Amino acid sequence: MSASAAAVAELAEGPHDQPQSERPAQSRRVVMVRVALAVAGVALLMFPMYWMLRISVASTSELANLPVRLWPQEWLWKNYIEPWSQYPFARWLWNSVVIAGLSVVLTVLINLCAGYAFAKLRFPGRNLLFLLILSTLMVPVQVIMVPQFQIVVDLHLLNSTGGVVLPRLAEAFGLFMARQFFMAIPDELLDAAKCDGAGHIRAFWRIAVPLSKPLIAVLVIFTFMWRWNEFVWPLIVLTDPNSYTLPVGLQFLIGQFSTNFGPLLAMSFLSILPMLIVFGFFQRYFVEGVARTGIK
Amino acid sequence: MATVQTRSDRQAPERPPGAQLRGRVRAVGRRAEATAGLLLAGPALVVFIIFMFVPLALTFWYSLHRYSGFGRMTYLGSQNYRDIIQDATFWKALLNTGVYTALSVPIGIALGLGAALLLNKVMPARTLFRALVYVPVVVSGVASGIIFLRLFDPLLGVLNQIMSSVGLPTVDWQGNGSAAFASVIIVTTWQGVGFGMVVYLAGLQGIPREMYEAASLDGAVGWKSFRYITWPLLGPTTFFLVVFSIITSFQVFDVVYVLTRGGPGTSTTFLVQYAYDQGFNQRHQGYAAAIGVILYFIVLALTIVQWRFSRRRDVA
Repeated sequence: MSASAAAVAELAEGPHDQPQSERPAQSRRVVMVRVALAVAGVALLMFPMYWMLRISVASTSELANLPVRLWPQEWLWKNYIEPWSQYPFARWLWNSVVIAGLSVVLTVLINLCAGYAFAKLRFPGRNLLFLLILSTLMVPVQVIMVPQFQIVVDLHLLNSTGGVVLPRLAEAFGLFMARQFFMAIPDELLDAAKCDGAGHIRAFWRIAVPLSKPLIAVLVIFTFMWRWNEFVWPLIVLTDPNSYTLPVGLQFLIGQFSTNFGPLLAMSFLSILPMLIVFGFFQRYFVEGVARTGIK
Repeated sequence: MATVQTRSDRQAPERPPGAQLRGRVRAVGRRAEATAGLLLAGPALVVFIIFMFVPLALTFWYSLHRYSGFGRMTYLGSQNYRDIIQDATFWKALLNTGVYTALSVPIGIALGLGAALLLNKVMPARTLFRALVYVPVVVSGVASGIIFLRLFDPLLGVLNQIMSSVGLPTVDWQGNGSAAFASVIIVTTWQGVGFGMVVYLAGLQGIPREMYEAASLDGAVGWKSFRYITWPLLGPTTFFLVVFSIITSFQVFDVVYVLTRGGPGTSTTFLVQYAYDQGFNQRHQGYAAAIGVILYFIVLALTIVQWRFSRRRDVA
């Protein structure tokens, strides 16, 4: 993990040239071939995205008329408008925003505190507890979903925001990241604060937290992405259509629209649009975060 | 950003130089430290106990029972596990998961490496290319499933249109088991290439340029420099990606749920789908828990392999 960590450091520092490419004998033609390859590869990868947009403005009759043209023959904007009144799409959007937002805030808070405690403070059982938590890093939700569902039912959290958010806070990734981050902060910095009479908690709040903006950025982005896209757990906990998140609502719409793909893809696009915007703005952190941790 | 980026994962020394200052009040100080530690770690510990450790223990407990989700549990002993051994669908799901892993992991890694090697070179709009390759990673599994549901549609899908227009036979992506299986691999590969690329790009940055300069004096350029420098030095990155991809390939759910629903028949049913189906459709929650236990041990074994390895690397 650490090799990629150090490496990405440079990656994020900006588009400087790579070793091989600085060899002077690089002819124009070689560069052209590479660009052509890259364009072809990216075009292939982006085609499904393009096709989603293209189909999203098509009518059923246009789609039934084979072969479907590459460029839209008509622009059926009502595909984007009508589902809002037919289904509680706005509600789902709102639910997703609330669930992702709340998850982000709680995850960051809990993991900042716990990460600092596990990295910098000695308390009984610390190492054993950390090992136990770390051992759950890769446990699929499907392993524990049966009793977890029961716990959510017992806590009367079925169909509630809390039922989706709270169980997913028990995710080792953020804690692991936070601990790694705080371990790299020199103890001298914190001790200086303590000499001035500040307690452990004040040293954490005054010294460590202000230094952890990069950590917070990565935690915010990843938590947002995972919770926004999360499917199986909300699918289990949310049984009332009004409480659905976007992915659960979308899979519900598959059955509703059946072969009418226009509105279905329009809604799919709208459901990923906020994520794409976030990605556009914070692209650098996504790339950096993935590579630094090496963990999904 | 400089603080994180340049830091290493090495541990800070346990006893900092400033510690002597606290010598006299050590006993009191230690208690204060423990209190602060437990206070700060407290919320995380509570959450982990309620929503991770208790459910994990209960998974084992449930797996010894028959339980429909409501009403009484009936103790069965090891009956669920003995049933699983006899259960053809379980074995099919395990086999599917294994075959899926064996195919999707090498394909994903090869493509990720290819993308990284290409986009590691200087070219115009490189940053844009990298970002676009990464886009599918941020698209939800459900949306990806819907996008490809349409692309793979046997009658109306654009994929079969393209194939027939270039003279290839069309494929029944939904009715043919192998084709459906292939379609799942195609979609999850599409989702994963960006991740592999980013990890490999990081690995490539870790190779000192002097290595290439020295090698080029010995005549190692092009394929040779890849074969004797890049590939061996990417070894740790590759190993990490292999283990990591294997673990994630045991968790593929969303795309399958939308695209094939595990079908036709059981041809794309993986362990996680089978556990979900048993627990929440068939309401055999004890049985689902037993599948969960088996899944847990498989993933745990893989995690330990990865751990061992990353430890060794941190020391080296």
